[in-house]
Amino acid sequence: MSQRTLRGRAAIVGVGETVYYKHGQAPVPEFRLALQAILAACADAGIDPHDIDGFAGYSNDRTDPSRLAAALGCRRLRSTTMQWGGGGGGCAAAVGNAAAAIAGGLADCVVVFRALAQGAQGRFGQARPQPTAGAEMAWMAPYGVQSPAQKYAFKVRRFMHEHGVRQEALRAVALASYHHAQRNPRAVMHGRPLDAARYDASRWIVEPFHLYDLCLENDGAAATVLVSAERARELRGKPAYVLGVAAGSDFRTFANPVNAPHYASASFVNVAQEVFRMADLGPSDIGSVQAYENFTGGVVMALAEHGFFRPDAANDFMQPEQLVAPDGRLPLNTSGGNLAECYMHGFELVIEAVRQVRGQSTAQAKRHDTSLVIGGPLVSPVSSLIVGSEDTL
Amino acid sequence: MNATPTYLPEGLPAPLDEEGVNAPYWNGLRDGVLRVQRCGCGQWQFGGEHLCHRCHAWDPPWVEIEPRGTIYSWERVWHAAHPLLKSRVPYLAVVVELPQAAGLRMLGNLLGDPVQAVTIGAVVEGVFEHHPQHDPPYTLLQWRLC
Repeated sequence: MSQRTLRGRAAIVGVGETVYYKHGQAPVPEFRLALQAILAACADAGIDPHDIDGFAGYSNDRTDPSRLAAALGCRRLRSTTMQWGGGGGGCAAAVGNAAAAIAGGLADCVVVFRALAQGAQGRFGQARPQPTAGAEMAWMAPYGVQSPAQKYAFKVRRFMHEHGVRQEALRAVALASYHHAQRNPRAVMHGRPLDAARYDASRWIVEPFHLYDLCLENDGAAATVLVSAERARELRGKPAYVLGVAAGSDFRTFANPVNAPHYASASFVNVAQEVFRMADLGPSDIGSVQAYENFTGGVVMALAEHGFFRPDAANDFMQPEQLVAPDGRLPLNTSGGNLAECYMHGFELVIEAVRQVRGQSTAQAKRHDTSLVIGGPLVSPVSSLIVGSEDTL
Repeated sequence: MNATPTYLPEGLPAPLDEEGVNAPYWNGLRDGVLRVQRCGCGQWQFGGEHLCHRCHAWDPPWVEIEPRGTIYSWERVWHAAHPLLKSRVPYLAVVVELPQAAGLRMLGNLLGDPVQAVTIGAVVEGVFEHHPQHDPPYTLLQWRLC
């Protein structure tokens, strides 16, 4: 085989999630949440959990794969991979690591998961008072720049400045996510719609971010199960094939404190090229996008870097009606995403991409043979994943 | 050294230079001098790094530069992440670009009215904000409009 690619080699054959809870409100421990999601994904796939022989995770997940394998009674444990990097930058990469393990013969049946019970473990958006700040935080924390929103607002502001992007472009992301959440009974914000006036009236967290520009914080777990393409065809469900996956960032993206040469970037210049190259697709072939909203501004930047529009055209493209299923030009975050379905560190986005391809979304895009997952804008590493139906192979 | 009022309250995390790479920077600030790395190959670098990322020379030397630049980006914080800042919002933080150092950037607070309009491109000068009561003492570089 001369071409090095994962295209069509592995497929997601099962998805599962727990009930999504407000942060701190999960009634059971984090490890138990992980087990619930994994069993649900296996049941969805029609796979015996004893057959799992690999686990892939990201964001320093606390749930240890060896403990999972023992708890589930897996007959043997083979591939265990952890994608470096925090936040949701690894949510697509972890699927890629699972697919690579399968394609490379390191495992046959790999679970990719994220489990979060922040109540017991502290929250992301709160700084725990510390006497000193080291590493990258030494440049920021003494100036009151501590939370992720505070760290990344500068990049979004600079992008808005360079390209004349208005607040309404950010708002459109929030409106699309909340719109889709109203159709999704699993969504934490189901029954709690958002309109432009409510967004505009919401308080600033850190300019240019209003309250609704920031992700939720939730408890729960989500999982997918992957097998080889050959095995996938023997199972009962409709597979979502991995068409392309890429992870990483660009030249000195993480040069501290704020010295990335391409500063006003969501870190996807290289990754976006790679994911489309592997998938042998372009932006016009994508039916829907599930884009990680740590902050709405990062979504706008990431969509531009994936080639859906030029940055200077962001105001025109980011119209709420263009971002909603079924008929919008680019249905965005069709389950409600991190803003309104659940902040499962983006793994709910991977599940939604699979549901789109299977035709099982609560907000089905008109075109749903492909869906793109964008993981973790602004951070490093980031990652992207394109899944597709049998017809796209 | 006289204690001067600080922009944000005392008690925020103090900078910690675990690997010692940035000692010339932090020591310089305490003496009222701004230093950044400039390698013999000509490459500018900040924060300090063990290696020049261009020619891979170890420990690029530090040079003194004028603390003057332009606002490259900014944010106004309304929701504090640190308990000491809950009653100190809003406050302003800026990214400053230094043209005399090939466009290196640094982060700091923008002194003055926290609800002032901020203009990207505005010229700012550095202000050395000493924290002599802290053990050990340290100094932050802050910025004000020229």
